[in-house]
Amino acid sequence: MSGPPLAAPWPRSLRAQLRVELLLLLRQPENLLVILVLPVLLLALFAGARIFPSGAGRPADFLIPGVITVALMSTGMVTLGISTAYQRYYRVLKRLGGSPLPRVVLVTAKAGAVLLVEVSQVALLLVIGRLFFGWSGEVLAAIPLMLLGSVCFAGLGLTLAGALRAELTLGGANGLYLLFLVVGGVVLPIDHLPGWLQPVAAALPPALLSSSLRAALGSTAVAGSTVILLAAWTVVLAGAASLLFRWE
Amino acid sequence: MTPSSVVSLRGVTKTYGPQRGVMDLDLEVREGELLAVLGPNGAGKTTTVEIMEGYRHPDRGTVRVLGLDPVRDRRRCVSQLGIMLQEGGVYPSLSVGEAVRLFASYFANPVPPGELLELVGLSERARSRYRTLSGGERQRLSLALALVGRPRLLFLDEPTAGMDPRARLVTWEAVREQRGRGVTVLLTTHSMEEAERLADRVAIINQGRLVALDTPAALIGAGGGGVVELETIERLTPAGLAKLSALPSVERSRELAPGRYLLRTTSAPEALVEVAALLRDEGPQVLRLQVGGGSLEEVFLELTGGAE
Repeated sequence: MSGPPLAAPWPRSLRAQLRVELLLLLRQPENLLVILVLPVLLLALFAGARIFPSGAGRPADFLIPGVITVALMSTGMVTLGISTAYQRYYRVLKRLGGSPLPRVVLVTAKAGAVLLVEVSQVALLLVIGRLFFGWSGEVLAAIPLMLLGSVCFAGLGLTLAGALRAELTLGGANGLYLLFLVVGGVVLPIDHLPGWLQPVAAALPPALLSSSLRAALGSTAVAGSTVILLAAWTVVLAGAASLLFRWE
Repeated sequence: MTPSSVVSLRGVTKTYGPQRGVMDLDLEVREGELLAVLGPNGAGKTTTVEIMEGYRHPDRGTVRVLGLDPVRDRRRCVSQLGIMLQEGGVYPSLSVGEAVRLFASYFANPVPPGELLELVGLSERARSRYRTLSGGERQRLSLALALVGRPRLLFLDEPTAGMDPRARLVTWEAVREQRGRGVTVLLTTHSMEEAERLADRVAIINQGRLVALDTPAALIGAGGGGVVELETIERLTPAGLAKLSALPSVERSRELAPGRYLLRTTSAPEALVEVAALLRDEGPQVLRLQVGGGSLEEVFLELTGGAE
């Protein structure tokens, strides 16, 4: 034997961990359904519906920011939240805590996997929007908002995973997802909701993100108050996620 | 901490409410030995191991593992440990091979994955997903993941629980092989057979306290001075058992099984005479009456109250 056993250099662990985290996100059929199939399906179905504000241009101008919001919710809130809760349930997180893998490498690998998936989702939706629904817009200006939104939804998913048991995280994340599809201003404009619900819906993260993305992609001014409120949600949810996080 | 000890617990207390945890525990694990921690459910075995692994910070007392504080020097410590949890610990949708390669990426000089799967008898299951494995196969994968970093110190928490006899033999062989390479091993178990077959020393824990610590042979012999084993042709009545306990040199008696009794005595030779006289007069007939408990199981039952 030659000296005590040592931890691997971190880049090697990070590569292996990132590969596995990506594999785990994409290997489950139910994950592929919410990550890929559902946003594309919503875009295709609602592009033909006549429920959008007149004078708002093509349906795709309303829908693309909406389905990007859905895609970020699918990955950050639903998939990351549920998979993290189950990794704790199966004691994977506990076992990793008893390995020399540094925590920062584990967190970076998870964030990296989520980000790679989200970049592919957004690219796919934009290409489909362009090719089939005549969409065009200002993508670069919207990137900071997408990043903010993805941290916000990941924070929400991890908050659920930290606060609830695995089965309840599964139910909670899917329940919120359905609710947000209705009140998030993503495929259904907020002004179609009952009057009393509209101000509440407008102050929740999905509506804040979809409406500000709509402005940014459409090259109009993004309302400062919307971005500030979204940033506040993000700080609160990311903070709650790191406070509530448990390894076992 | 003596130079040859790799783990040292001094006055370690960790409580989770009234009945759980460990109290004022002193325990040394020596370099290169295989120490079995034996105890009934809820005795504090897992708490003891998890304190050594750095998962739990004790309320009081000091813990040194490989000369380090396992909580504060977590990463340096853990890169030299092999940890096998009681269950779980693997992403259910990874295959056996993927899981081993992932854990190999955490260590500078890992055991090649193929060699490792050979060692635990899982070569044929390399492409199977974790969720499709049997309980025994999951345990063996977990053992493989504990070994991948060539640890100096191996912690096995009930490694053969739920295994069929063949898987148990494979596991025992793999553990013996590690021990043969000079790896220090600490394992917890319910199984007397496992402790007797594998362990250099056995620590018996009951209700959070260390009640015995010695070689299996010495533990079995240690009872010999004061323990008498009795077998009768038929079961003693409660009144008969009470009379047995009331003999002058018998401290207490316990029924191991109908017709089998273990007596804690102040003097074994005197107890032999008294028991023989009592049963000659009042029956039932004696089949066997001897000094000393016959196995680790009896020592264990004697020390832990034999509630099972």
